[in-house]
Amino acid sequence: MLRLLFHTQLSLGIAQAGFVAVTTLIVAILARRRGARAGAEIPLALVRGLAQILLIGSILALLMRGPWWTAIPLLLVMIFIAATIVRQRVPRLPGAYTLSLWCMSAGAGGVILVMAAAGIIDTRIAMLVPVGSMIIAQNMNIQSLFLNRFLAELESHRGEIESALALGAQPEAAVAPYLQAAFHASLIPATDNLRSLGIVWIPGIMTGMLLSGASPIYAALYQFVILAMIFTAGGLSCLTATRLAPSRVFTRFQQLRTGL
Amino acid sequence: MPVPVLQAVDLSRTVTIGSETRPILQNISFAVQPGEVLAITGPSGAGKSTLLRLLNRLDEPSGGDVLVDGTSFRSLSPRELRRRVGMVMQRAFLFPGTVYGNVRYGPAQHGVPFSNRDADALLEQVGMAGYGDRDALTLSGGEAQRISIARTLANQPEVLLLDEPTSALDPDAKQAVELLLARVVRERQVACAWVTHDYAQARRVADRILRIEAGAVTALGTPAAVLLEQE
Repeated sequence: MLRLLFHTQLSLGIAQAGFVAVTTLIVAILARRRGARAGAEIPLALVRGLAQILLIGSILALLMRGPWWTAIPLLLVMIFIAATIVRQRVPRLPGAYTLSLWCMSAGAGGVILVMAAAGIIDTRIAMLVPVGSMIIAQNMNIQSLFLNRFLAELESHRGEIESALALGAQPEAAVAPYLQAAFHASLIPATDNLRSLGIVWIPGIMTGMLLSGASPIYAALYQFVILAMIFTAGGLSCLTATRLAPSRVFTRFQQLRTGL
Repeated sequence: MPVPVLQAVDLSRTVTIGSETRPILQNISFAVQPGEVLAITGPSGAGKSTLLRLLNRLDEPSGGDVLVDGTSFRSLSPRELRRRVGMVMQRAFLFPGTVYGNVRYGPAQHGVPFSNRDADALLEQVGMAGYGDRDALTLSGGEAQRISIARTLANQPEVLLLDEPTSALDPDAKQAVELLLARVVRERQVACAWVTHDYAQARRVADRILRIEAGAVTALGTPAAVLLEQE
């Protein structure tokens, strides 16, 4: 119906965004009336998401004309911002920002670097930035889930952890089962995405490639490549977190911090 | 008089909440001899459990010192201190796995060989012979607490800290664990600090009683003297 009313691509895009935003707001209002805390965050997230994607679209339009390396600062900025967002999910964890930065640099940063060097990610800006941002965004979600779950495990198993410490366990050994639980839980969405690929969902990038005339088989393979990269980056960042997170939750005298 | 195995010297702890600094414990001093039970009593919130946690450094004192066999706890690594100063908590908090796995946990952390036969000897001592292969998480409260005691003893501590070890147990289990602990302290000649809010229990098990109120010592002496004063 919108296509009948709006004839240029820009006006149609604005109308589509507006329609979807109103629908989402209605759901947010309903959620808030039911007492869901997330309801309050949705309007702000909508405005923020729209502004950010418009901004990145404009930057991309400018960068498309530049050399490939201009993608590097853009991806770095994305990692820095993602680390800030992860920190907001675990505000009481000391050093959460640097921890997330290290983990995502090792995970998303490492995978983008290696895959671009190997020629698996096209280094043209038009491909490198969107594919890189997908890896970073999913890595951010995985990192948030990891730290969130880890802190929840610590809270609910404080007795077991302090019992282990009281027996002379190394702090890393005392929290090892809870790091494993967080590792497993944080990778569930990425694992399920891989398992259900093509059966339950056909991801956006594959749809886009099909619409732009790419071979369906190549589009399918490339989609698998992206999801596998997301999984690898997530796994790497969680592995890094299992090494770095314990030192953040214990004092230098090997006491489990309170109020995490 | 023998050298005390455990000595607290002007031990204090303050906590900061927002901009306010509040004392939780103030200048607590006492000494415990080998084979002696010092009961630490006082009303809820007096700081009894906090005091125990300072003795094996699960929490950090703001001031004062803890001496283990005359050595300041600051010159021991936390792990070495905790091996020498064992602690049994109010709840057993057994780890998933077998009873053997739980009993061997402490020695394994310190690289000390500890066979199932060693574990069996300990299990027999705590009245749990034949339980080695049982799933630790399926035990009753009393059984779990006995395993928790065996797990602590496996490290061969010189000091035993007991944080209301019978308060979560039914009366029969409570009496059995109480007798077990009294026997273990006597046989192994460990110095024992036993937190309890139960004055009758303190009278039964303690050689001396330390009473704390609002974070400060209000009495220290024989059960007869302290409890008479209390009454």
